[in-house]
Amino acid sequence: MSDLKPRYDLAVIGAGPAGLAAATLAAQRGLSTVLLDEQRAPGGQIYRAVTQTPVKNPSVLGSDYWHGADLVGPFRDSGADYAPGSTVWSVSRSLDIGLSRDGAARVLPARHIILATGAIERPFPIPGWTLPGVMGAGAAQILLKTSGLVASGNVVLAGTGPLLWLLAWQYLRAGARIDVILDTTPRENWRQAMPHMGAFARSGYVAKGLKLLLEVRRKVKVIGNVTSLKAEGDGRVQSVLYRQGDGAEQRLPADTLLLHHGVIPNINLANATGCAQNWDEAQRCWVPTVDAWGATSVEGVSIAGDGAGIGGALAAEHRGRLAALDALHRLGVLDRATRDRDAAPHREALDKAQRGREFLDTLYSPAKDFRVPQDETIVCRCEEVTAKQVRDAVKLGVSGPNQTKSFLRCGMGPCQGRLCGPTVVEVIADARGVSPAEVGYYRLRPPVKPITLAELASLPKAEDEIAAVMHH
Amino acid sequence: MSSPDVIVIGGGLHGCSAALHLSLRGVKVLVLEKDHIGRHASGVNAGGVRQLGRHVAEVPLTVASMALWHGIRDLVDDDCGFESHGQVKVAETEAELAICQARADQLRALGFTHEEVVDQAELRRLVPAIAEHCVGALVSRRDGAAIPYRTTFAFKRKAESLGARFVEGVTVTKIARDGKNWAVETSDGARHAAPILVNCAGAWADRIAAQLGEPVPLEAIAPMLMITARVPPFIKPVVGATGRTLSFKQFPNGTVLIGGGLLGRAYRDENRTDLDFAQIRTNARTVWDLFPVMRSATIVRAWAGIEARMPDDIPVIGPSGTEEGVYHAFGFSAHGFQLGPIVGRITADLITQGQTDLPIEPFRIQRFRRDAVAA
Repeated sequence: MSDLKPRYDLAVIGAGPAGLAAATLAAQRGLSTVLLDEQRAPGGQIYRAVTQTPVKNPSVLGSDYWHGADLVGPFRDSGADYAPGSTVWSVSRSLDIGLSRDGAARVLPARHIILATGAIERPFPIPGWTLPGVMGAGAAQILLKTSGLVASGNVVLAGTGPLLWLLAWQYLRAGARIDVILDTTPRENWRQAMPHMGAFARSGYVAKGLKLLLEVRRKVKVIGNVTSLKAEGDGRVQSVLYRQGDGAEQRLPADTLLLHHGVIPNINLANATGCAQNWDEAQRCWVPTVDAWGATSVEGVSIAGDGAGIGGALAAEHRGRLAALDALHRLGVLDRATRDRDAAPHREALDKAQRGREFLDTLYSPAKDFRVPQDETIVCRCEEVTAKQVRDAVKLGVSGPNQTKSFLRCGMGPCQGRLCGPTVVEVIADARGVSPAEVGYYRLRPPVKPITLAELASLPKAEDEIAAVMHH
Repeated sequence: MSSPDVIVIGGGLHGCSAALHLSLRGVKVLVLEKDHIGRHASGVNAGGVRQLGRHVAEVPLTVASMALWHGIRDLVDDDCGFESHGQVKVAETEAELAICQARADQLRALGFTHEEVVDQAELRRLVPAIAEHCVGALVSRRDGAAIPYRTTFAFKRKAESLGARFVEGVTVTKIARDGKNWAVETSDGARHAAPILVNCAGAWADRIAAQLGEPVPLEAIAPMLMITARVPPFIKPVVGATGRTLSFKQFPNGTVLIGGGLLGRAYRDENRTDLDFAQIRTNARTVWDLFPVMRSATIVRAWAGIEARMPDDIPVIGPSGTEEGVYHAFGFSAHGFQLGPIVGRITADLITQGQTDLPIEPFRIQRFRRDAVAA
């Protein structure tokens, strides 16, 4: 692995499909490029550990997963520098990147920055979700990909969305047991999704999705139309309580409860940089405001991939290439006409990859009862703030998430709102009877990832000190 | 068009405190706030409730305000998270300790006894985690800290319960004399009129003053703060340093707030601040030196608030020098939080009685007349 240069034409943050594709194209076209990534190996979350997973049987993780390897090869040959194990905790408007590697912090300047920070799971706040043994399906998938680990004992999967079914399928392929899937997809979503069925039918999702769904349904009991969920247990989860429709509450034994109801853009870095953002009603989340090339409101900062709105892994790859072409244009390497000409095939591929997205967004839009939890449910895990506390603050006239943050400390913990922000916004909007668009989102602040005082104190002050640190 | 007795411009702590004290005296108040209550310095400052080390001119006010802080629940029906464990200004050398002693002597000569010098043993008793090289400290035992946004919000709510009206999200666009009244137009197109105006517009207060024909040399600054993840409780007082910039305290929940006034950059027209990590690094090094126990602590967030600084680092308090029926309270230069309760009372005194019993002569706006002309 090459060491870092003092500055780069282009810094790409995040080594998922968008970041790998962007860095590869930019470096191939001659930009001095660095790909900074928090993980030790490329792939992001979707292709996590694709170069080193212990799960060698290709049928377990599926061919879509192994496509990640097709991105890593060209990246390695592209000439881009690669800095795994780099935690980026700040990106400033002046395009300075604050990062930590091996226990030391430094500031790395770039002429253009592409954020490819991907998606995070939408928080799924049910009563008992803080009990040990309850975790996001995404976390379970990471354990499977990186370590070949699956949960044992009674395993219950609950929620909605394509990734829920994908995880179930991967689990079964890996020989793991799933007792029950509690499907929370609201009944009415089917009716609302129907108008988008045509485009979905023409997309690549249908055949693959149906096959996967049928295989899971053949092997696991699926309980549909689940309208309420609760985890209970003494010290850790022991059972899951649920309702089907208006039915009576049922109880299932559970040693592990895996929750998932969709992914949302990981906006923390973009938000802290000061990129403008807007409420996406279809995906029910805040997204950074970007143009067709991924350019944000901050000059020199673009976003590619799911971090600029959920589009999936294949779309992310094409969005990465488009953002890289625009960076080449902005840095004076390509004129506008060349950029547009070279972008044409990627734009076409992107359109194809996004076909059917409306159908999935509509069908798997999580039910209100799971987005706006009941009073006693903990919303902010870091500071243990309940939905009732947020509602009470609204009654006092506290009108937005930044005010509830100051008032209740919710969102002030180490997760910087990743686990509570979307829920707090929904609870406030619901209590005030307005759209989340009107409520706003947290103003996030660097460091967007925790760093130690020692790292901060080690930050080189002047250029010569930076050079000294680099060569030590 | 609304017609209160007094229009307060700015819904920070000082605006809310003026509104509260006026409402307590039966005066009808309207507060106009361009963002939301406590959005800037009042909501995001370090929360230090400090008499220690203040400019001599501020000492009578800070002492009077401290009395209000110790009865804050009686004033606003909320304890504002106020806790009084003292403030400590550490001396790292004998020379610094001598500076502390001179300061204590100076205050004593003026008749104030709240600041005292303590030796190394007493410093260690008060702050067991302090680095071994520290030789003593200047201490103010009745000082403490409160929760800034909660405090500002409590002043607002109490004022509101007494009849004050708050309009948030509107910017004052025009101020004009209209007979005996001031006509105030806001960005939502509304018009308000009142015989009395109070300028508590913080980092934007110079714009109000300029409209009244008395420009002031106000600088919008962005003092930075950072906070750690929770660590086991190890310190009660708020700690500062004599020879360097520091404000250091632990909240009851275990998080540690580190600040002291090192500056980022303020962009007041965009409501935005940028952090300066070179300055934050300096702050981190100070903590590294003074609190070895903190070296492995995790920083989870850093931020800055926008506030006003005057060239002489003391605020503007008192009547306008150019217009009848206008009063100012702004420019607190990064140490206005503790003064909030008393300055609202002073403004109410001036409006309802034409005078106040506290010495506010040093804070006259006229002191900048020559600067403004020269500029």
